[in-house]
Amino acid sequence: MQFWQIQALNSFALGGLLFLLSSGFALIFGLMRIANLTHGALFMLGAYVAVTAMRFEAGLAVAALCAALVVGVVGGLIERLILRRISGNAQGQVLATLGISFITADFCLIVWGGDTIPIQTPAMFQAPLHFMGLTFPTYRLVVIGIAVVVAIILYLLMERTRLGAMIRAGVDDMQMARAVGIRASALFTTVFCLGAFLAGLGGAVGGPIFSAYPGLDSDMLSLALIVVILGGIGSLIGTFVASFIIGFIYTFGTALLPDLAYVILFLPMVIVIAFRPTGLFGTIRT
Amino acid sequence: MRRNYILLLALLICLPWFSGEYYVNLASQILIAAIFAASLNLLVGYAGLTSLGHASYLGLSAYISAWLSLRMGLGHAVTAPAALLLTTLIGCGFGWIALRASGLGFLMLTLALSQIVWGLCYRWVGVTNGDNGLSGLTRPSPFGIDLGNSSAFYWFVLIITVAALYSIARFVNSPFGATLRGTRDQWRRMSSLGYNVWGIRWVTFVFSSFLGALAGLLYVYFNKYIHPSVMSVTVSAEALLAVIAGGSGTLAGPVVGAALVMLLKNYASAYVERWNMLMGIVFVFIVIVMPAGIVPGTLALLRRLRGGPR
Repeated sequence: MQFWQIQALNSFALGGLLFLLSSGFALIFGLMRIANLTHGALFMLGAYVAVTAMRFEAGLAVAALCAALVVGVVGGLIERLILRRISGNAQGQVLATLGISFITADFCLIVWGGDTIPIQTPAMFQAPLHFMGLTFPTYRLVVIGIAVVVAIILYLLMERTRLGAMIRAGVDDMQMARAVGIRASALFTTVFCLGAFLAGLGGAVGGPIFSAYPGLDSDMLSLALIVVILGGIGSLIGTFVASFIIGFIYTFGTALLPDLAYVILFLPMVIVIAFRPTGLFGTIRT
Repeated sequence: MRRNYILLLALLICLPWFSGEYYVNLASQILIAAIFAASLNLLVGYAGLTSLGHASYLGLSAYISAWLSLRMGLGHAVTAPAALLLTTLIGCGFGWIALRASGLGFLMLTLALSQIVWGLCYRWVGVTNGDNGLSGLTRPSPFGIDLGNSSAFYWFVLIITVAALYSIARFVNSPFGATLRGTRDQWRRMSSLGYNVWGIRWVTFVFSSFLGALAGLLYVYFNKYIHPSVMSVTVSAEALLAVIAGGSGTLAGPVVGAALVMLLKNYASAYVERWNMLMGIVFVFIVIVMPAGIVPGTLALLRRLRGGPR
């Protein structure tokens, strides 16, 4: 009983982190049609920045905020300085993001070294929570809470604010959006910063679960790609649902069949792609 | 033009007589990388489908042949065809999945598929020996010729490279190759003319994965060792860099690109440790400054510097 319950909680926590990562990817792809392969590296950078912030005695909450801000600014710079120059060249942009992800990963290796750096769970969440005779690791619950809050904020941002309306207009028809006076240039930078911010936040919040280690970037990028392919590229709801599906499949796959966890990840993707090439909730046909 | 190719080939055949063993081995590696890049170019250059998962086929065929010989005790006469066949079959399946999309969706699917295969190789320790890799492999000795000798191995690779490049040239210059380029440039038109766009792309994908498997076989013969990192996105990216740097959609481009990447990797790693960062910088540089490839890009850059017409 304890095993299933802990694994279920781990699945939700992983799903929440995947949502933080993939929602930014989905936003950027939906608006700008850029498959941002830097996203895994930005997640890793977030974890490492949090490590450094915590060395300066910052709490995890402050460290996570620092990480998210730093990574958000890095994202904005990437968009302004590099991707902007090759707008319209979708393939070139993907390759540039791939190149930047190599540079970022190697930069992290230089600065923080090749050893796994654990991130302490905040003291107030270290004690497990007892409820109705069951034991829950508290920090997982906090992670799930953060992911749900971010999901709600993103939903409200997209549906209830002027910025959200502009983003939705841009996703639907960029030319028309420009024609009615939406400043696409500023919008692109904002969305890219937001996506990078979420990735950095995910890396820092996920720190106590994953630690910070070289290779975290490509582990997370694979999972994020599978999530967005499964959920439908560019769809926030699809990303939310698919994050938790993949969270469950990956956690239980790793626990029950550690050798074949990756093959089990492969199955839902194949089934969905076979019947719905656009993903579960997707509308964009690439 | 043809005379130049024959001259170049003669020069390559003579290489082991006037250069040391180090350079012969480097040349073998370049040729293997050239086959690999040229096979990827079929997709990137001629089909207009950018794949970021080509390392899977190299790695799968290397692993299958290694596993069959180590665990099953089979000889090279069985393992080589079996590795090629099985990898090509996997390519059939992966192609079917990845070609549900095109453009960026295709790129993401190929990347996701290759990451799954890569993760599997790391995790499935019982079969792949995980992070330790599989060692203790041998090179084959076709017709009793020992390929343990670096020159003999080089000639063996050279013969296969020439055969592979020739088959690619025949493939893209055939009527089928013309329809393939048609699907790249105007897939709607080709579709309404009655061509099976999906089928044409799929056949190309399968052929490309077969040639990738061939490169993988040579790779494992050369190194006599295999590690999951050959399936990582870095290896796929290196091949893609070779294709794009040399000029995609040309026959010679990927070969030149592969030579450049291998030389850069070899010489750079003698001076700096940071091959990944260097590769990333080269990627960004090429995409921004020379999107058409190094050779046309350099010419254009020189023209611009001289202030001539663009």
